[in-house]
Amino acid sequence: MTSTKAPSGEVVLEAVGLTKHFPVRRRLRQIFRKEHEAVHAVDDVNLTLRRGQVVALVGESGSGKSTVARLLAQLYPRTDGDIRLHGVSTRVKGGRPFREYAARVQMIFQDPFASLNPVHTIRYHLTRALKIHGNAENLDAALHDLLTRVSLTPPERYLDKFPHELSGGQRQRVAIARALGARPEALLADEPVSMLDVSIRLGVLNLLRDLKERLNLAILYITHDIASARYFADQTLVMYAGRMVEGGDSETVTQTPAHPYTKLLIDSAPDPDRLIADIDPLEEDRGNGEPPSLIRPPSGCRFHPRCPSAMPRCSTDLPVPLQIGDTPGHWAACWLYDSPEVAS
Amino acid sequence: MSQPVLEIRNLNVDYGLGDKAVHAVRDVSLTLHRGEVLGLAGESGSGKSTLAYGLTRLLPPPGVITGGQVIYHPEGGQPYDVLALTDRKLRQFRWAETAIVFQGAMNSLNPVHKISTQLTDVLRAHEPKMSEHTRGARAREMLKLVGISPDRMDAYPHQLSGGMRQRVMIGMALILQPQVVIMDEPTTALDVVMQRQILGQLIELRERLGFSVIFITHDLSLLVEFSNRIAIMYGGRIVEEAPAATIYRDALHPYSAGLLASFPALRGPKRELAGIPGSPPDLAGMPSGCSFHPRCPKAFDPCPTTIPVLGPPADLNSAGRSVACWLHPALEIS
Ligand SMILES: Nc1ncnc2c1ncn2[C@@H]1O[C@H](COP(=O)(O)OP(=O)(O)O)[C@@H](O)[C@H]1O
Ligand SMILES: Nc1ncnc2c1ncn2[C@@H]1O[C@H](COP(=O)(O)OP(=O)(O)O)[C@@H](O)[C@H]1O
Ligand SMILES: [Mg+2]
Ligand SMILES: [Mg+2]
Repeated sequence: MTSTKAPSGEVVLEAVGLTKHFPVRRRLRQIFRKEHEAVHAVDDVNLTLRRGQVVALVGESGSGKSTVARLLAQLYPRTDGDIRLHGVSTRVKGGRPFREYAARVQMIFQDPFASLNPVHTIRYHLTRALKIHGNAENLDAALHDLLTRVSLTPPERYLDKFPHELSGGQRQRVAIARALGARPEALLADEPVSMLDVSIRLGVLNLLRDLKERLNLAILYITHDIASARYFADQTLVMYAGRMVEGGDSETVTQTPAHPYTKLLIDSAPDPDRLIADIDPLEEDRGNGEPPSLIRPPSGCRFHPRCPSAMPRCSTDLPVPLQIGDTPGHWAACWLYDSPEVAS
Repeated sequence: MSQPVLEIRNLNVDYGLGDKAVHAVRDVSLTLHRGEVLGLAGESGSGKSTLAYGLTRLLPPPGVITGGQVIYHPEGGQPYDVLALTDRKLRQFRWAETAIVFQGAMNSLNPVHKISTQLTDVLRAHEPKMSEHTRGARAREMLKLVGISPDRMDAYPHQLSGGMRQRVMIGMALILQPQVVIMDEPTTALDVVMQRQILGQLIELRERLGFSVIFITHDLSLLVEFSNRIAIMYGGRIVEEAPAATIYRDALHPYSAGLLASFPALRGPKRELAGIPGSPPDLAGMPSGCSFHPRCPKAFDPCPTTIPVLGPPADLNSAGRSVACWLHPALEIS
């Protein structure tokens, strides 16, 4: 495989100011008033995927994570911003250019049941992926290789099975094998384990990590489970209501979170060390409420209506990314870290 | 420990009849005490939902209860066997004494009725003498208790997020003030922030209203924090049962230990984790002996041939816990 020769750390895919607004169907009255409503699903997102590294994108449902992945996979046209593949601005819309792009950037979806066609065997799914991307010259060997890579061995046992004959974890392995059939450089994994039993999630994450190392893949790992981001990802980015709010290396972001939303996510994660006797019901009220409507997102910082530390300027001024402490690369878009506030 | 409120004794549930029958719940005995949260954990297919449906006699065909008793202790009344109730008495038992929030229940609200109406309908069916006015007030109060603000009471289900719909379902389960609430994966479809809010609220309501909870999930990390005791289910059987903290600090069954090693920690040192190798057994081809033995890192001579019984481990001085594992054979009880 040529791809494994590329140096680790090489930038594969970048999002620069990536933005997606979905138009809302207008009522007659609004058409007359020339109102243009839109769901502000993703605003001004920047991220960089490098060879041999995992970047986690963490946030509650509705925060825009899947939209980022679909934009990066070129499944949707973007409203604004840029997507760069090896530094080259790229915009593809179906046909051959799309297939060429997909050969380098593959997506894995949350629900392995929905993404595999129930009337076709595993052999059919994998053969098709290999053929589309012109990697089927030695078909039998290639099929065996793919299934072996995802630890579905011996391959003969799985090739002629239908998706419903496999467990959820095995189906997700098939979906990963199919993505590998394109011999991609980057994998966009949208909540690849959240539909699986807790007991088999780690097996799939460990497999992805192993593949990342052996094939030198760049991986975007989307999740709402910030503990799994700490376990699996080199970098962690936190998203809230369509905007990035914090980023840095995973250990720093999870152990010394800066943004109040990241803190809320971490406090919400199950913590077996916190036993029932210690739960303070009043404390549970903190951060109550839900993510806002993205049709008219809150002004200023989108988290301010739920934020326990909100200041007057938070409802008016959009926070810019600010460097946190002296850990290189750790930033948060939060006015608490603006120098005068820090000083006081 | 406080008084029992629900005692499941040697419950067996099959799907199908005769030769084709598969045994989904095998000889399960489990006691829920008044005021406690009992967590029931296990992988998909281990029989958790079947147990919940079985003990409330809501099993869909081809499910059949083939043996056992479910003894309910009403407050201040004589205990009785739920499995022996007449249909009329059973209906009363189901809502007023026990309520279930089913897996995926938040998608089962009637889409054409306002949520406040769906709550008053429950009251109308079970407390026909209550006035319209009182019913409305009770529904409103209940929705407020589960954290739905008064301005959302006239919303239709599709206007609410998944988390809010799940709160409505919990409100519906609690509105007749049952003694026992069974929750089958109530938060599995929700993300962590909403999950924590709902669980925190449930614990608070339990303290205020004094019901007992059986909380079912495949995610043991949640249970350790939110339950008093935990039972672990594998292949239709309970394989370990102990206070939550005891399971967390010192699980005896290798399967419980495997479940505990399945979720990465957010705090403390970073560790390499492996989950549990292999997949849960198929009911039709259940392994002989201890059904976990093919996946067990510690299996030895007796495991493939002889089923270990659940009981207090004889090799340890540990009251209030039991395990079904040849590493810790049970005390002989005569
Ligand atoms: N095709 C679409 N048309 C309109 N709105 C959409 C579409 N896809 C997503 N959205 C909206 O964009 C927001 C972000 O959604 P999504 O990217 O799926 O979030 P996440 O993956 O974090 O749950 C949500 O408010 C969602 O309703
Ligand atoms: N209606 C049914 N007919 C036949 N088998 C069933 C039926 N419902 C569940 N089962 C089987 O019973 C076992 C236990 O299922 P279930 O109680 O749903 O487990 P859990 O809730 O722990 O995931 C599974 O092997 C499942 O396939
Ligand atoms: Mg999504
Ligand atoms: Mg179930």
